[in-house]
Amino acid sequence: MRSGALKTGLLAITFLISVSLEGAEWSGYATAETRVFERSPLSDEQKGGVSAAVILEPEFYADWKEGDRAFEFTPYFRFDTHDGGRNIIDLRELSYLIVNGDWEVRFGVSKVFWGVAESQHLVDTINQTDLLANPDGEDKLGQQMIQVVRVTDVGDFSLFLLPGFRERAFPGSEGRLRSSRWVDTDKPLYESSAEEGHIDGAIRWFNIIGDFDVGLHYFRGTRRDPLLVPSLDVDGNSIFRPYYEQMDQVGLDLQYTNEGWLFKFEGIARDTSSKEYSAMVVGFEYTLYGIGGSAIDAGVLLEGHFDSRGSNAFNPLNRDLFFGTRLTWNDDVDTALVAGGFVDLDNGSVFARVEFERRIGSRHKIEFEVQKLTNIASRDPFFDLRRDSYAQLSLSQYW
Amino acid sequence: MMKTNTSKLLAFKFAALLATTSGIAEMTPEEKGLKIAIESDKRDTGFRDTIVEMEMVLTNRHGESSNRKMKLRTLEGVGDGDKTLITFDEPRDVKGTAFLSYTHKVDADDQWLYLPALKRVKRIASSNKSGPFVGSEFAYEDMTSQEVEKYTYKYIGDADLDGANCFQIERYPVDPKSGYTRQVGWIDKEHYRVIKIDFYDRKNSLLKTLSFNGYQQYLDKYWRADRAKMVNHQTGKSTELLWKNYQFSNGYTDRDFDQRSLQNAR
Repeated sequence: MRSGALKTGLLAITFLISVSLEGAEWSGYATAETRVFERSPLSDEQKGGVSAAVILEPEFYADWKEGDRAFEFTPYFRFDTHDGGRNIIDLRELSYLIVNGDWEVRFGVSKVFWGVAESQHLVDTINQTDLLANPDGEDKLGQQMIQVVRVTDVGDFSLFLLPGFRERAFPGSEGRLRSSRWVDTDKPLYESSAEEGHIDGAIRWFNIIGDFDVGLHYFRGTRRDPLLVPSLDVDGNSIFRPYYEQMDQVGLDLQYTNEGWLFKFEGIARDTSSKEYSAMVVGFEYTLYGIGGSAIDAGVLLEGHFDSRGSNAFNPLNRDLFFGTRLTWNDDVDTALVAGGFVDLDNGSVFARVEFERRIGSRHKIEFEVQKLTNIASRDPFFDLRRDSYAQLSLSQYW
Repeated sequence: MMKTNTSKLLAFKFAALLATTSGIAEMTPEEKGLKIAIESDKRDTGFRDTIVEMEMVLTNRHGESSNRKMKLRTLEGVGDGDKTLITFDEPRDVKGTAFLSYTHKVDADDQWLYLPALKRVKRIASSNKSGPFVGSEFAYEDMTSQEVEKYTYKYIGDADLDGANCFQIERYPVDPKSGYTRQVGWIDKEHYRVIKIDFYDRKNSLLKTLSFNGYQQYLDKYWRADRAKMVNHQTGKSTELLWKNYQFSNGYTDRDFDQRSLQNAR
């Protein structure tokens, strides 16, 4: 599927370059990044030492009829020196948009975002998370979809038809940031007999009511987060096989904005054949503008994560509190620092991250991030990552 | 009795007419200031919508500069403030980022940000009035639409500026979160265009000066400047705005300024 779609995309591009278009443009970025881990890996299989990766994400965009027709093509390439599991050729976007008054249709491979919270994207269901791009969960794989939107006076109604499923990628056996048994993604298991060909569907309503932004959704189809089933490989080594269940999910996301305060709520209730459960994120962000007479804004974030499965939850954020701060310099190079950490309320495990970025000149950006795991309890889902605290430096060029 | 009343009313009307023709002499400076602001606003009413390309040149005190390029779409508010959609093109790392703002005459504005890498729309707090807009010398409150109701006014005199005969009025922000105690504006008497504004900070010291240049008339009515320069006297930094390709009456509706359009706009 993946290479087929890419081939189609390249053909489309060749065609589009050959015809001259108004409002057509290439943009994108290339990144070189390097990671250094604090400690040697847990298992002998995993490669230690400083790793490096290159990422390339060009984007082609063209529109007609003042934006009522738009074509987007965004391939994504990543190559890692240490972990073959991180290597990927993906289609982040290959879509065509038709806007006709209050109707919108987008078909192809695309990405949609649902939700309001900062430290976990609980209700954001449509796209598979690319945890190998970054463990922060902000990166997503492209998803094949037909999206129909009807804009009305009582909100936007979206219907999604999702033909085909994108598996979650996991680190390879040589990679870091993985479970002690590695996940063999060549042997996925599916509840549906249609396997990755299952057609998933979703509906969503979104509206702005005064100071409230509200979203409601229902999703039926393949779970994006697989269960991990203990198994053996051909050599008799212990591995995990990802198991993708079917699920019914309803979710609500809500933000109330008042002066410098943003109050946020995301909640889901899920029904799968193995379990019925619910989870939520609730919290706020408060921003102090121009601290001490400077141009710097300081934001304070507090978000609580709760999962009805308690400490049995496969999700590590089952009863955790997130504290964070966001510093924005508001300078000409967009300097920003985000620092935050999760504290597990049951076992005291701490997972913390710091991200710093600024532009260099007009076309380059430097980013520095540190991820630190400390005081990790042996029962915590993060236990296998206890030796994987790291620092990462990356330099990107944009065009 | 009826008659006396009528003649009193007539007399009053006559006096008002006299006052108007004799240059609103009987008004208090506050009334005259407000009247000038209303007239200036009135002369810019009815433009419906605009799209314009804007370049921002940020210069630091060492004379080094950096550029931002964006597209501004404005929908004139009827009964309420304007709606503005700004899409960024440069610097390239923020390309595709978009900012949607609903200005309200009295209530706090509503603002949303679109982050293209995540395809995420974020409602943001609009209380950040005095903060810099994209690192420039323009504050958010300088960039959003200048509704009459956002200030109180006082006429302070006449002055010549760059060969133009101007009213000089002071205006005081109603919102306590504004970064200014007052602004002194020069408005030309012929076309009621803003020529220059001095901004005074919370300590009432001169903070910035904004000057408009190269006014051009569109649709035989609406005046728009080609460039404007904001100089920060306290830091030595400045920001220049250059406008290109103004287009009026594109037939935009509220639909072009909603969440969906925020995500699709380039």
